Amino acid sequence: MTAAVLIPGVPLLLGLVGLLLNPGDDAERRRPAATLGIAGTAISLLVTLGYLLFATKPIEWSAHWVSIGDVDLTLGFSAGYAALYVAVAVTTVALFVQIYSVAYLHDDPRYAPYAAQVSLFTGAMLLVVTSGDLVGVLVGWEVMGACSYLLIGHDRRLPEAPAAAVKAFLVTRVGDIGFLLGVAILIVDAHTSRIADILAGSPHPAALILILAGVAGKSAQFPLHTWLPDAMAGPTPISALIHAATMVAAGVYVVFRLYPLYDRSPAALAVLGVLASITILLGALCAMAQDDLKRVLAWSTVSQIGYLTGALAVGSPAAALFHLLTHAAFKALLFLAAGAVIHAVGTNYLSRMGGLREHLPITFWSFVAGLGALAGLPPLAGFWSKENVLAAAAHATEGGGPAPVWVGWLVWIVALFAVGITAWYATRLLLWAFLGVSRAHGPDGPDWEVGFDDARYTQPATPHDPPAAMRWPILLLAIPTVLLGLAAFAPGFRTALELDRPHLDVAIVLPLVLLALGAGAAWWLWREVPGVDPAAALGRARPLLAAGFRIDDLQDRLVVRPIRALAGAVTTIDDKVVDATVEGTGRTTSTVGAALAYAHRIPLPAVAAAVLGGALVLGALAALFGATP
Amino acid sequence: MHAVIPYVIAALLFALGGYGVLRRRNAILVLMAVELMLNAVNLILVAADSTIKSALTGVQPEAWAYPVPEPRAGAIFALFVIVLAAAEVGVGLAIVLQYYRLRRDVVLDEVMLDEHDQENARVTE
Amino acid sequence: MTVADALMLALGAVAVGSAAHVVTSTHLVRAGFSLVVSLGAIAGLYLVLGAELVAWVQILVYVGAVVVLLLFAVMLTRAPIGPAKDLDRPAAPAVLIGGGIGLGLTVLLIDAFRWTEYELPPPGTGRRVGEQIFGAWVLPFEVLSILLLAALVGAIVLSRPDIGARPDPNAVAVPPGPPPGPVGESDEVVARLARIAARQAAAQQRVREQSAVVEGELVEGDLVEDAPVPEPTREDQLKDQARDVVFRAREAGPTLGARPETEERGPRIVESTVGRDQPALPPAPAEDS
Repeated sequence: MTAAVLIPGVPLLLGLVGLLLNPGDDAERRRPAATLGIAGTAISLLVTLGYLLFATKPIEWSAHWVSIGDVDLTLGFSAGYAALYVAVAVTTVALFVQIYSVAYLHDDPRYAPYAAQVSLFTGAMLLVVTSGDLVGVLVGWEVMGACSYLLIGHDRRLPEAPAAAVKAFLVTRVGDIGFLLGVAILIVDAHTSRIADILAGSPHPAALILILAGVAGKSAQFPLHTWLPDAMAGPTPISALIHAATMVAAGVYVVFRLYPLYDRSPAALAVLGVLASITILLGALCAMAQDDLKRVLAWSTVSQIGYLTGALAVGSPAAALFHLLTHAAFKALLFLAAGAVIHAVGTNYLSRMGGLREHLPITFWSFVAGLGALAGLPPLAGFWSKENVLAAAAHATEGGGPAPVWVGWLVWIVALFAVGITAWYATRLLLWAFLGVSRAHGPDGPDWEVGFDDARYTQPATPHDPPAAMRWPILLLAIPTVLLGLAAFAPGFRTALELDRPHLDVAIVLPLVLLALGAGAAWWLWREVPGVDPAAALGRARPLLAAGFRIDDLQDRLVVRPIRALAGAVTTIDDKVVDATVEGTGRTTSTVGAALAYAHRIPLPAVAAAVLGGALVLGALAALFGATP
Repeated sequence: MHAVIPYVIAALLFALGGYGVLRRRNAILVLMAVELMLNAVNLILVAADSTIKSALTGVQPEAWAYPVPEPRAGAIFALFVIVLAAAEVGVGLAIVLQYYRLRRDVVLDEVMLDEHDQENARVTE
Repeated sequence: MTVADALMLALGAVAVGSAAHVVTSTHLVRAGFSLVVSLGAIAGLYLVLGAELVAWVQILVYVGAVVVLLLFAVMLTRAPIGPAKDLDRPAAPAVLIGGGIGLGLTVLLIDAFRWTEYELPPPGTGRRVGEQIFGAWVLPFEVLSILLLAALVGAIVLSRPDIGARPDPNAVAVPPGPPPGPVGESDEVVARLARIAARQAAAQQRVREQSAVVEGELVEGDLVEDAPVPEPTREDQLKDQARDVVFRAREAGPTLGARPETEERGPRIVESTVGRDQPALPPAPAEDS
């Protein structure tokens, strides 16, 4: 047993312990919960850093668990540097989220289970990252799904939260079926669940494509992306943790781990490439038209994860991992900062914000950093990682890589196009939320109220920067947002991720041009028609984009309604057929008994007739058939 | 004598008795028909006493085949049946009379076999 | 075809014919008499077959006792003397089953015996039958005697309501009033019985007056009470009970003369456990227990 078990084990254990605590609103109940949560994540972070800094070889440890037939199931840990970097990202973001939540949920009576669930979630993600077996990956995968459901539905006062939680769970579940089947095929074929042994085996395109279903579900790729925008009903720190840094990255990470198999399967890569391209474009377009601040970020996450899967599809897992790390940093930053804005203003809607720059300077500049990284503004981290992805895609168009050439072309063109759109909506967000005149209330005072107890007020107080517990994580996350890109120049980091040495050549001009075009377009709209949402320029396409191309309705019609009808039919069958049969036996017995009881009450004449008639029949039968020859 | 004659007579008597039991409504007439059936059985017993035993030749004597001359088992059975019939008629008529006291009628169709029928009858009366 | 055959055919025809009359006749009493003829013919058949004792026992017991008993029952149950139209139920099941039985049995027996001839056995005299009964069949004989005793006891218990009946807790112990009248009789019978009862009451009253005068307890004026309220004596009570055995009409139907509602009934012993909540009982002025 190595110390690596502490990495996922401590948060898991402390999370379970924390679930036993009683929820309550008073300080005595919150302090142990907060302590458990923060301590668990901090210990895990320290252990991971220790491994990163002092370990000389990757973590490899596995133990035999059970043999089913000729399939050996093992449990163990296997983490190279790449995995450890991801683990660092996960634990860092989780730690910041835990600290942030202490202030964000300062008046929530159910803070203790929340903190425990966040801890559980962190442990599950770390298990996925560090596990050396597909069994461990599966366990962590499922626990993450469960915790995500619990956390999205945390605030029960919101009417849309339980529905969003169920939707997230069910949509990811659909993907998880494919994931489970794919994992099962791989395990059975290789007769073992150790990833190292599976990677040495032959690739199964069917199994790999099935695993892609799970990736699409957890990482919110088309067509299973519909849960992510609705999952914004959860508390903002959860959005930062789950939907920026960890769960949505888990799918990408699994493909990264199994990449030696994907490398040899062009069919799977082609499927992945098509999914990625659609997702990139879909996410970016829908982000342009949203009115809800968190939804912009959610669609943006969909789009950026599309970049990750696109990078994987064109044969560059290193680029994907790098962008994963930077995305974790800047998206978490954006979400936490958005939480600060929502906490200050009391609403999610951009149409009710505006003019926040002078009131929330720190938050404003963090947004600048985050949105810049999102758009790919040099020298922020997002620029370098996006450049890597685009370079890999361009490289794949020349052929000779594991992916088909058309996939490379598709991903490259779509990614380029999306750079411009990303820049557009990032700029629009910044301008519309922070600059200009405040739209917090109309001429007669505010006429809206939002369901946040900590921010519900009819008379908007002057927005202010968040308290210290919320401010410091934002500031600390801004550091990697800015500087992580330069880590690509660090040789240790680069070899760990197997990145190409970054080189600045002509190919970076194109994305920069597109970025300038996008940002400029938004800026121009803002200047031309001040006080109006630049998204109004979308015109009649805006409702369609805001509704996510109505894919939700499509899924409802194609999947949800038939299944509901089927469930209703099954329930009816259970009621009318099964229950009726069971009760029917009772009723039949009672009826037969009553009939027999009535037969005992037949008037005498009928009885006499019955007796004599029966004797006649029996006698006739005996005479005809009873005579022995 | 030809044995078939008393047997057929007994069969016809039994059939007539059965017809009477099912057809008659008055309890006393039903008892008369039952007497007919019992007599038919008696006739068969007495007739069998004469015919069956004498036809059995060379059969291994069993417990009931008494070596004493003229064991008239059939006739003795008939005597017992007569006694039983008398006892039955005595008790049966006592029941019929008691029923008559309660209901002032001895029509069998209306004999109540159950409390529900009694309540229904009380209501309709 | 021997003499025995001819005799059996004739007697059998008589028996079957009169049995048919028993089950189809509309006159109850005529059915009873046809039964006599049928049973007598069967006794004749027994004689031909050589079972003499059985034949005479048949005459004695069946014709002499059973049929008489049946006719008594006919009388006691007020069966209609003349033709009655509602004596029969629907014919269908009876004809079906009766016909089936007859047909089946006849076919069976004819098939079994065809036209074989048998020797008539020597007649079964009383001596021979007695040897058998008290020899081989003595145990069933004794059991039969116990059966007869049980039947006797049962008939008695069924017939007398005061033996074995549980006392009705709701019954009102009314001192016996005037003799209960018959039920359902025609008017002249009712009138005749009323006259008889009046004459009896007057006679009893005279007897009591004479005895009271003799003992000097007579008080003028006490006798002016209406006739139908005499002091009930022990023999009156017995007579009432005897009448009750037959008529049992005390609780039902109209009674002779005016039911003395206004009469002082004496202390009413209400033995009901429910007590005062009996709506059927008229409210009594004096109630104890």
